[in-house]
Amino acid sequence: MDFGLNEVQKMVQSSAKEFLARECPKSYVRAMEKDEKGFTTELWQKIADVGWLRLPFPEKYGGDGQDFVTLCALLEEVAKACLPGPYLSTVGLCGIPILEFGSEGLKQEHLPKIASGQRIMSLALTEPNGRYDAAGVEMRATQAGAGFDLNGTKILVPYANSADYFVVAARTGAGRDPGVGVTWLVVPAKARGITMTPLRSIAWDRQYEVVFKNVYVGPEGLLGGVGQGGKIVDRVLLLGATASSALILGGIQAALDITVEYLKNRIAFGRPIGSFQALQHHCANMARDVEGARHITYSAAWRIAEGLTAEREVVLAKAFVSAASQRITVLSHQSHGAIGFTTEYDLQLYTRRNKAYEVTFGDVDYCAEKVAELALR
Amino acid sequence: MDFRFAPEEEAFRKEVEGFLRKELPSDWEEREGLVDFEEPEGAAFARDFRRRLARQGWLTMAWPKEYGGQAASPMRQLVFREVGSYWGAPGADNSVNQVGPIIIMHGTEEQKKHWLTGISEARWVWAQGYSEPGHGSDLASLETRAVEDGDDFVINGSKIWNGAHGNADMMFLLARTNTEVRKHRGISFFLLDMKTQGITVTKVPMMWGKSRALVTFDDVRLPKANIVGEKDMGWYVGAALLDFERSGVERYGRQKRLVDMLVKYGRETRYDGGTVLDRPGIKRELVDCYIETEALRWVCYNIASLQSQGQVPNKEASICKIFGPELLQRTYRLGLRMLGPLAQLEPGSKWAPLRGRIENGYLDNFGRTVGGGTSEVNRNVIAMRGLGLPRG
Ligand SMILES: Cc1cc2nc3c(=O)[nH]c(=O)nc-3n(C[C@H](O)[C@H](O)[C@H](O)COP(=O)(O)OP(=O)(O)OC[C@H]3O[C@@H](n4cnc5c(N)ncnc54)[C@H](O)[C@@H]3O)c2cc1C
Repeated sequence: MDFGLNEVQKMVQSSAKEFLARECPKSYVRAMEKDEKGFTTELWQKIADVGWLRLPFPEKYGGDGQDFVTLCALLEEVAKACLPGPYLSTVGLCGIPILEFGSEGLKQEHLPKIASGQRIMSLALTEPNGRYDAAGVEMRATQAGAGFDLNGTKILVPYANSADYFVVAARTGAGRDPGVGVTWLVVPAKARGITMTPLRSIAWDRQYEVVFKNVYVGPEGLLGGVGQGGKIVDRVLLLGATASSALILGGIQAALDITVEYLKNRIAFGRPIGSFQALQHHCANMARDVEGARHITYSAAWRIAEGLTAEREVVLAKAFVSAASQRITVLSHQSHGAIGFTTEYDLQLYTRRNKAYEVTFGDVDYCAEKVAELALR
Repeated sequence: MDFRFAPEEEAFRKEVEGFLRKELPSDWEEREGLVDFEEPEGAAFARDFRRRLARQGWLTMAWPKEYGGQAASPMRQLVFREVGSYWGAPGADNSVNQVGPIIIMHGTEEQKKHWLTGISEARWVWAQGYSEPGHGSDLASLETRAVEDGDDFVINGSKIWNGAHGNADMMFLLARTNTEVRKHRGISFFLLDMKTQGITVTKVPMMWGKSRALVTFDDVRLPKANIVGEKDMGWYVGAALLDFERSGVERYGRQKRLVDMLVKYGRETRYDGGTVLDRPGIKRELVDCYIETEALRWVCYNIASLQSQGQVPNKEASICKIFGPELLQRTYRLGLRMLGPLAQLEPGSKWAPLRGRIENGYLDNFGRTVGGGTSEVNRNVIAMRGLGLPRG
């Protein structure tokens, strides 16, 4: 057994730390919270230049061929820096499914462009019913000539305003298993019949409602087989939940670090408040949760990287990490007093983002119900 | 023993509800919980509404008649406060619940006449000037100075986290009047007109989208008549006020509304062939919150009843202060759990369930376990002053 990152993963993480410290200061993060686009093209290009956008793809598509653990190690740093933008969506939630399920043509079309920073992709899975599983896919895709007509509404589509393509789950049929009849399509964002409305999320990132009205998608947009997209939904959920766990891990680690630092310096009653046992216990409890979150997250990421079954481990991780995040949010704020709530203080950046990650790709209750189904049967 | 309201108190509850239904804006159901009473529009509305309550004779009904009250029973007053907070309406604020009672206890006859009458008419909005940038929990170490000069005190220093940006007319504040003695023994309690020269108010934006204020004093002159209690003895005045701040049936009123809102939402919202309330984890947590809310109710009522006997409950106030806000926050966390990924949507967003009220309330109520004394400090009070455990 070995709990450590390998040399490459360590290097990715430490160079990411340096890069983000330089390129993504909190002043940038705050400015982007108010910016309409929500990130800058300059920084996106720099991210491409340092290789993050090609990280998980094989060399033949212009990639570096790194595994999912490496991506998670990077996401941990991304979360600590609160890096805004469609990185996870483009690379992890659209790029990887295209790699795994796409035709050769689809891969050739999209992956090299993703890898070089020329293509931004946005996952359009969730609908107003608020589900992430196949049962939530209600959008209609009807056969129209060689292609499909799409009709329906997607929500929580990240950075839709900057996307070149949407990766969309739709329904071409139905069966007893909700996974049957799901069909995935890669749709140009400029296609006729698409309208977008911004939604405001607690993370102050860019989330959209995207409405598809008679949007025609040619056969080249098909991702996987017609009606066979149930397994892609499962896969996206698996990747998304694990990636979210890694993001939360970065966020709670940062919250703990900020708190410990503050407690050493803030003086009350003539001594650092970190000397009060009440607060020491808060910190110890947070450390306990971060420790648990770290190992359970990587245990899931590792199984995905190794190609092992991971359904059980992923929901275990997401359930634990999301609950830990709720506890850490309370304790880190509680330990700060009023200062931690101000927008100029960094802690609240994590508070708001962690809540969004907690409820994305399966919240605590969804995951707990899954654990009951998978493990307690 | 009798754990019931008297029939006339029940009738009064109906009367207050009827009044609120009639007097609150017709779209109140849409706006409840989302109005910022410290921004101009909300502040003006709150001021006007509180004056209507004053004209109704309700705002300070339990006070003596000579000071703008009606000598009504404290339980009647409690009913009024509970219903108002349940509806999220402007009502008995810090002037009624904190400043008034303190002046009744510590004020001179002249002060009572002037301030209590004014408060009973909702004449002023008050800000609380306790915390300073360097001093929160350790309030007694505060540095804002008040130095005697002729008929005035001259104030220099700063106060933070208060609501002065909400068009406050007055501030009650603690300032140091003696540096030669132990820290608790050199503080005085003042009432300051916010229009006085030398006061600067700066907004501090908070993560829930509203602000608190930083107030600085630069040679601000305050008449000596505006000191409450003896000079240098203000710590004890200010601490007594805290016990009023830490208790209060509003904690139950707003908690009960949230629980009711979630029960209704859970019952009415479909999930996976059933309702949200059919989800085992959700149901159990909501039932727990419901049970806790009932316990909180008696905790709040008991304090009101002790106060009505002229006592200043201290341990009980601190218990209320951890009970209410911690339960409220727990219930908001549950509320978000009931919404799945839509939980992240803010008010004004399409598809935001319950008007984004839960997301907003989740953030907005974070400060409640800090403001008015942190949960840690209140636990210290309960343990040391309440239970007699040795100082840590
Ligand atoms: C929403 C909100 C509204 C507020 N409104 C007002 C207002 O109107 N007027 C006003 O004057 N103030 C107001 N406050 C300020 C509030 O009273 C202070 O924030 C609070 O007393 C804590 O002080 P602090 O923020 O300086 O934190 P600190 O005192 O620095 O405390 C930081 C941490 O140390 C802990 N700590 C400190 N001492 C001890 C100890 N002895 N044992 C164990 N733990 C300890 C605290 O519990 C906390 O966890 C408000 C605050 C908030 C959040």
